[in-house]
This record gives sequence, structure tokens and C-alpha cells, in this order.
Amino acid sequence: MDTLDLARWQFAITTVYHFFFVPVTISLVAITAGLQTAWYRTGKEKYLRLTKFYGKLFLINIAMGVVTGLVQEFQFGMNWSDYSRFVGDVFGAPLALEGLLAFFLESTFIGLWIFGWERLPRLVHLGCIWMVVLGTQLSAYFILAANSWMQNPVGFRYNASRGRAELTDVWAVLTNKVVLVTYPHTIFAAFMVGGAFVAGVALWHLIRRPSVDHDVFRTALKLGAVIVIAAGAGVALSGDQQGKVMTEVQPMKMAAAEALYATEKPASFSVFTVGTLDGSREIFSVKLPHLLSFLATGNFNGEVKGINSLQAAYEQLYGPGSYKPNIPLTYWTFRLMIGVGMASVAVAAWLLWTTRRGRAPARWLIWLAAPLPLLPLLANTFGWIFTETGRQPWLVFGLLPTASGVSPGTTSGEVITSLAGFTVLYGVLAVVEAKLMLRTIRGGLAGTDGPAPDSPDDAPDDAAKPLSFAY
Amino acid sequence: MELTTVWFLAIAGLWIGYFVLEGFDFGVGTLLRVLGRNEPERRAVITTIGPVWDGNEVWLIVAGGATFAAFPEWYATLFSGFYLPLFAILVSLILRGVALEYRGKRDDLIWRGRMDSMITIGSVLPALLWGLTFANLVRGVPLDASFEYVGSFGDLLSPFALLGAVAFTAVFVTHGAIFLALRTTDDLRARANRLASRAGLVAAVLVIAFLAWAQAIRGDTGSWIVAAVAVVAFAGGLVANRIRREGWAFLGTALAVGLAVASLFAAMFPAVMPSTLDPQSTLTTVDAASTPYTLKVLTVITGISLPLVMLYQGWTYWVFRKRITVEPVAVSEAAS
Ligand code: HDD
Ligand code: HEM
Ligand code: HEM
Repeated sequence: MDTLDLARWQFAITTVYHFFFVPVTISLVAITAGLQTAWYRTGKEKYLRLTKFYGKLFLINIAMGVVTGLVQEFQFGMNWSDYSRFVGDVFGAPLALEGLLAFFLESTFIGLWIFGWERLPRLVHLGCIWMVVLGTQLSAYFILAANSWMQNPVGFRYNASRGRAELTDVWAVLTNKVVLVTYPHTIFAAFMVGGAFVAGVALWHLIRRPSVDHDVFRTALKLGAVIVIAAGAGVALSGDQQGKVMTEVQPMKMAAAEALYATEKPASFSVFTVGTLDGSREIFSVKLPHLLSFLATGNFNGEVKGINSLQAAYEQLYGPGSYKPNIPLTYWTFRLMIGVGMASVAVAAWLLWTTRRGRAPARWLIWLAAPLPLLPLLANTFGWIFTETGRQPWLVFGLLPTASGVSPGTTSGEVITSLAGFTVLYGVLAVVEAKLMLRTIRGGLAGTDGPAPDSPDDAPDDAAKPLSFAY
Repeated sequence: MELTTVWFLAIAGLWIGYFVLEGFDFGVGTLLRVLGRNEPERRAVITTIGPVWDGNEVWLIVAGGATFAAFPEWYATLFSGFYLPLFAILVSLILRGVALEYRGKRDDLIWRGRMDSMITIGSVLPALLWGLTFANLVRGVPLDASFEYVGSFGDLLSPFALLGAVAFTAVFVTHGAIFLALRTTDDLRARANRLASRAGLVAAVLVIAFLAWAQAIRGDTGSWIVAAVAVVAFAGGLVANRIRREGWAFLGTALAVGLAVASLFAAMFPAVMPSTLDPQSTLTTVDAASTPYTLKVLTVITGISLPLVMLYQGWTYWVFRKRITVEPVAVSEAAS
């Protein structure tokens, strides 16, 4: 493997890994803030206990999001220096904005929230967690604006003498039509993960320890399941919009998502295919007529361009070469995103139904507790792999091929070191974090009746004497 | 003033903010097992930085992001050129961040011991490596005509760079010890104070040697003066520490760190990455800069948001201003 392939693997691994934690953070912090607000307004103890319990799980998760985000910020320069030179003038602005407006807000107010229980007035303390929510939303928006610019470059001019893209209209970048559909889709998708997480944890407790904190976990189960279903609807609606924008700006991605070689009008959506996806022959496939036309154009009889004609058109435009992404990968990740994600909606709906009016969930349902949050999480991963590999061979669509972005001076030895280093480190950390998460989940609400379990200073400690601030 | 110069100053300012702030929490992390003799003491030590270390680290992220935006060439050359040190810094910061957050999540001394080691390693290594990196930045590295780093890892290990590494570390240890003396009480405070005095003498020698050497390589009158004032501020901090005026002492070391970093940037200007091969391939602010439009956008945004950030970060320090006591008996926080 050369430096390019290694750098691509490193980017894919570290980014996908970062994005395991991001959706959980985005949604869980908002859910925690909602619970704390409910407590503030009603004074009911169960909301406080849920705030502390899910808040603690949120903190375990965000720690990983933060440290893996650090790598993201620097690897553009490390592995993709020519890319950085090319896009910095445009791409740097949203990235800097993210740091200035979002990360400062997030990290500072998280510290205040963790250590501020009992030290800040209640309303101010509640305000702190809402500031964190605001921070995560801004962070998602700016980074998605940056990514959307790579999908659909706008608001720039190409400076041939310096060989780079230059910003001409920052507003156009921030209101790129791609980010306007990507942001809601990603946020709804994140809420599916958070809702499923809250519900999955509650389900486990309800079945495993039916007599402990039963009512509190019933509330959590319902809340989580409702969030999954509502967010699922949002995901489907925004995904539909996204499909149309994508067909407009990157028709090749839509064709690749369907492995549609010849232009069709009307085009049918293939649910799955057995056989090869290289366009030569199809052994067996299940198709829904007209659906692809609708997804791509909003019209049941619309025309969807095929891979072959797009390839020919791109050769005319950009010169000889292959402009096809990896077709089996795009085809399957697109289907898996939708299928796996929507499966979690079905599970959530089923859980709501079987627990209606005080009914206890059947024992076997405990087997769904872990898959429930994992399904939408995987759907997120598939969605991103689809989006990013579907853009290939471009790094910035139509402007910069992936191969031209890699650092020219970096040696493969260096990239192997960091690729191996990050992979091993991330693997170990995954185990540490998963164990800690499970331990905390199993611990349940015990200890949440004290005043501030989230603050490291007063966790019950047998081995050592607790410490307090000198207040 | 040219916008490129404004942004050179802004980037320098972000790095200064980063080293002044994270400098003390690197120092505190390094001293965790030296000053914290048992679990309650280590907890007290960690609690002094608990609410603020993450916010401090964001200064680094913003320094990186702003360099990317304002000087893409600088960002590209710096981070691809210093590949391995940077990789090691990232690994250390990851270990440290995770350990700081996860330490208190289990009541188990073996777990906490492990996390403590990760905090120590994750604090010492970045201190050393940032010193190494900044020393090389000032000294210059081999860059070719397209501003790509063409040296090897070995080229980064000159005696000057190694001196930079230990000088940074010693200064941060002193800065951290003074911060601890300022934020704790009783015995822990007294020990932190003594350690700061001793470490401070070593740091003073190293920092004088390093700054003088750096200025000899690339200084002008202005940067010499800044470096000299940094040394004076450091000495003032040590004196204040002796007479147990810890607030003044901390101000002294904070100023010293800030001015020392400022003197390095001042010595480089207008270069941002001097080349040791050919003066032609030295990367300057003008070569590296984004367009005036982008710089203008960045100026407006930063001008509005950075003061706000300083305001709420300042408020955090105010909220958690009280000294932290090592409690010998089990007292619930609720009592406070
Ligand atoms: C829970 C996760 C989840 C679920 C159930 C869905 N998606 Fe999705 N989808 C994502 C999570 C996601 C994502 C990970 O968040 C992506 C990756 C990039 C992005 O913008 O969102 C994505 C990308 C993405 C794209 C690519 C956009 C581009 O490359 O420009 C399209 C066209 C859709 N989605 C459409 C849909 C449709 C029609 C869905 C079915 C109803 C759907 N998604 C369900
Ligand atoms: C929003 C910010 C993002 C930006 C700026 C971004 C940018 C990039 C860049 C520069 C590459 C390198 C080119 C390459 O390896 O081919 C890449 C590839 C990739 N990214 Fe993203 N990305 C973003 C988000 C994500 C997310 C959230 C995921 C997944 C969870 C993701 C998944 C991938 C994958 C799988 C590749 C490898 C594609 C390939 O090499 O074929 N990206 N992206
Ligand atoms: C490849 C591009 C990306 C870069 C450069 C990046 C950078 C970072 C950095 C530096 C942090 C740590 C912030 C801190 O210390 O407080 C972080 C955390 C975060 N990032 Fe990313 N990120 C990327 C992709 C994404 C995407 C695609 C999203 C959302 C859609 C996202 C959302 C977040 C959020 C919400 C956090 C807060 C903490 C957490 O994740 O748990 N990031 N990111």
C-alpha cells in the first residue's frame, strides 16, 4: 500500500470512530438537558435521578468524542497537506468557526455543569447544560457545512496561479443547499441513536431488575422509544430531500447507490440484488417500480441517469479516467443505512405497544436491549461511508481528486506508524469505554438520590476519604 | 496594519493562550504523583484542574483551526513536517483526556492508579514535545521550494531542540506547582510552594539558556526585549512564591510563559517556517496567507467571539476560585 491508501485508511478509521461518539453526544446531551428541565419545572425526583444517570453516561461518551475529535482537527495537515493548501482558504473558515463558537462553549460549560451542582443556582446550572447543547449543535452545523462544501463547492473561485480554491462568499458556504438538508438529516439520525440508547438501557433494567426503580425506567423507556419514532420520521423526510439534492449535485452517487448502469425513466428502486453489481448481469433482484424516480426527482416518472452515460459525460468534462465510485460499497451501504436504521424504529414501536398501559415487557425482549441502540448507530456509519465513498474519486467534488490531496512529503513509514498507533489505541479505548459504560448502566439509579453524583468528588468511595471543595 | 500581520499576531495570541493555560495543567498532571502522596491528595490535585482543563485544550484546537483558515500553507507544512512529534502529542493528549474523565468513575485504587500514570505520561510528553516543536520552528527546518518538509525525524533532535523540550517542561512544572499552591490549602499547599521554588531555579537556568540561544539564532532588538521581560517576570514570580504571595507568583509565571512564547514568534516574524536550506524557501506570512476576504471574515468573527470566550472562561475560574482542601474525614459535598 502506498501513502495514499494508508492515509485513506487512517482517515476512514479515525473518522468513523469519531462518529460513533458524536451522535450519542449530540442526542444524549439534549435528552439530559430536557430531563433536567423537566425536573426544574416539576420538581419530581424521578427526573432528577434520570438526569444524573443519563448525564453520567453522556459524560463517559463525550470524553471519547472530544479526544478523537482532536485527531480529526490535525490529520488534515498531517496526511492531507496538499488538500489543506487547496481548501484552506474556504474550508478553514467553518472549521475555525467551529472551534471559536462551538468547542469553547461546549468544553467550558461542561466543566461548569459537572462541577457546578450545588455550587451554582439551579437555573444557572440548568442554563449550563443548555449551552452545551447549543455548542454541539453549532459544532455539527459548521463541520457539516465544511463537509458539504466538499460535496458541492459553492461561494469560491479557483485561483489557477496559486492552485487553490478561494472564498468569495462565506454566506453561500454556510447556506449551501447540501448542508441545509444534511444538517437536519444528521441531527435526526443522531436522535435516533440517543433515543434508542435511553430506551435500550431502560429496557434492560425493567426486565433484569423489575422491582428496582420500575416507574422511573418505564418513563425512560417510553421517552426513548418516542424519540426514536419521531426522529425516524424526521430522518425519512429529510433523507428524501437529501436524495433529491444529491441527484442534482452528484448524479453519479445516486446512480451508484442503485447500481443503475443504464439511464431509466421511470426508474425502480432495487431492494436487494443477488449477483454481480458490475452491470453485466443480475441473477436475482427485488425491485419496487417507480420508487427510485420519486426518491431522486420527486416525480414517479422522472428520469434517473445511469452510470454509463454519466461516465461518458464526465470524461468529456474532466478528461479521461474513471469517475465511478466503488459500486458494491455504495449500493450496499445505502440499503443498509435505510434498512438497519428503520429496523430500530420498528423495534421502538413494538416496545411502546407491548408496554402500553402498565404491561411488563416479555423476558425475551432483553435480547433487544443491546441491538436497539446499535442499529441506528450502524445506520449512521453506513450513511457516512456511503456519502464519503460515493464522492470518490473526488476529494472536493469536481475540483480536487483524492489522489492529489495527500501530503507529498510524508513517508509511508510515518503513516503506518500513526495508522497502527491510532488503530491499536482506539481499539483499547473502545474496550475501556464499553466496560465502563456497561458497569455504569448496570449500577442503575443507585446513588442518584445524593446531590451530585456527576461530580467526581463525591462518588461513594470506600477505599479513600472523599474530598470536598473548601466551601 | 496588514491583515496578514494581524493574523500572525492572532495565531501567536492563540498559542500564548494555549501555553499559559494548558501549561499549568500539564504541570499539575506531571506533579500528580509527586505532590499527591495518597488518594485524597491526588483527588485534590486533580480537582484543581477538573473544571477547566478541557476548555484550556480548546485553545490548541482553535490555534490549529485558525492556522488552517488564515495560513493554510503554514498549517499544511507545520503539521505534515512535524508528523511524528505531533502524532505522539495526539496520543498523549488522548490518554490524558480519557484518564482525567474516567479516573473518578470507578472506586477502585488499581483503576485510579492506572489513570494517574496515564495523566502523568500524558502531561509530561506533550510538554516535552511542544518544546521540541517550537524550538525547531524558530531554528528552522529543511523546506524545499514548495515549502514541503524534506528532513527526517532525526533532524528535529538537535541540542537546541532538546534544550527547548526540557525548558518548556521545567517551566510548566513550575507554573503548575504555583497554580497548585494557589488552589490548595495546608500541607499540600506548603509542599507545592516549596517544590515550585526548587523547580523554579532549574527552570530559570534552562529558560534563560533557551531564550538566549533562540534569540541568538533569529532575534532582533524587539524580540530580545520581550525575552528579557519574560525572564524578569519569571524571576518576579519566583520571588513572590518565596514570600508566599501565590496569586502574584502565578501572575508572574503566566506572564513569563506568555512572553516567552511571544518572543519566539517575534523572533520569527515575518517568517512562519524558516527554512534551513535556502532563504528562498522560507515560508512567510505573505506566502502562507489566505485571501484578504477570508482574513476579513475571520477577523470579524474572532473579534466578536473571542472576547466572549474569555469572558465566560474567566467566569469559570471565578466560580471555582475557592481553594481545595484535602478532607481527612468523609464529608459529603452537600454539606458545603
Ligand atoms: C439512523 C441513521 C439513518 C437512517 C435511518 C437514514 N439515514 Fe440517510 N444518512 C445518515 C443516517 C441515516 C447519515 C449518517 O447521517 C448520513 C451520512 C451523511 C449525511 O448527511 O447523513 C446519511 C446520508 C444520506 C444520503 C446521502 C447524502 C449525500 O451524500 O449527499 C441520502 C440520500 C440519505 N441519507 C437518504 C436517506 C433516506 C431516503 C433514508 C430512509 C428513510 C435514510 N437516509 C435513512
Ligand atoms: C463533516 C466532516 C467531514 C469531512 C470534512 C470529511 C472529509 C474527508 C476527507 C478529507 C477524506 C479523505 C479522502 C479519502 O480518504 O478518500 C474522507 C474520506 C472518508 N470519510 Fe469523510 N469527512 C467528514 C465526515 C465523515 C464522517 C462523519 C464519516 C463517517 C462516520 C466519514 C467517513 C469517511 C470515509 C469512510 C472515508 C473514506 C473514503 C474513501 O477513501 O474511499 N467522513 N472524508
Ligand atoms: C472530519 C471532520 C471533523 C473534525 C475536524 C472534527 C473535530 C472535532 C474536535 C477537534 C472535537 C473536540 C472538541 C473539544 O475538545 O471540545 C470534536 C468533537 C465533536 N465533534 Fe467532531 N469533528 C469532525 C467530524 C464531526 C462531525 C461530522 C460531527 C457532527 C455531525 C461532529 C460533531 C462533534 C461533536 C458534537 C463534538 C463534541 C464532543 C463529542 O463528539 O462527543 N464532528 N470534533
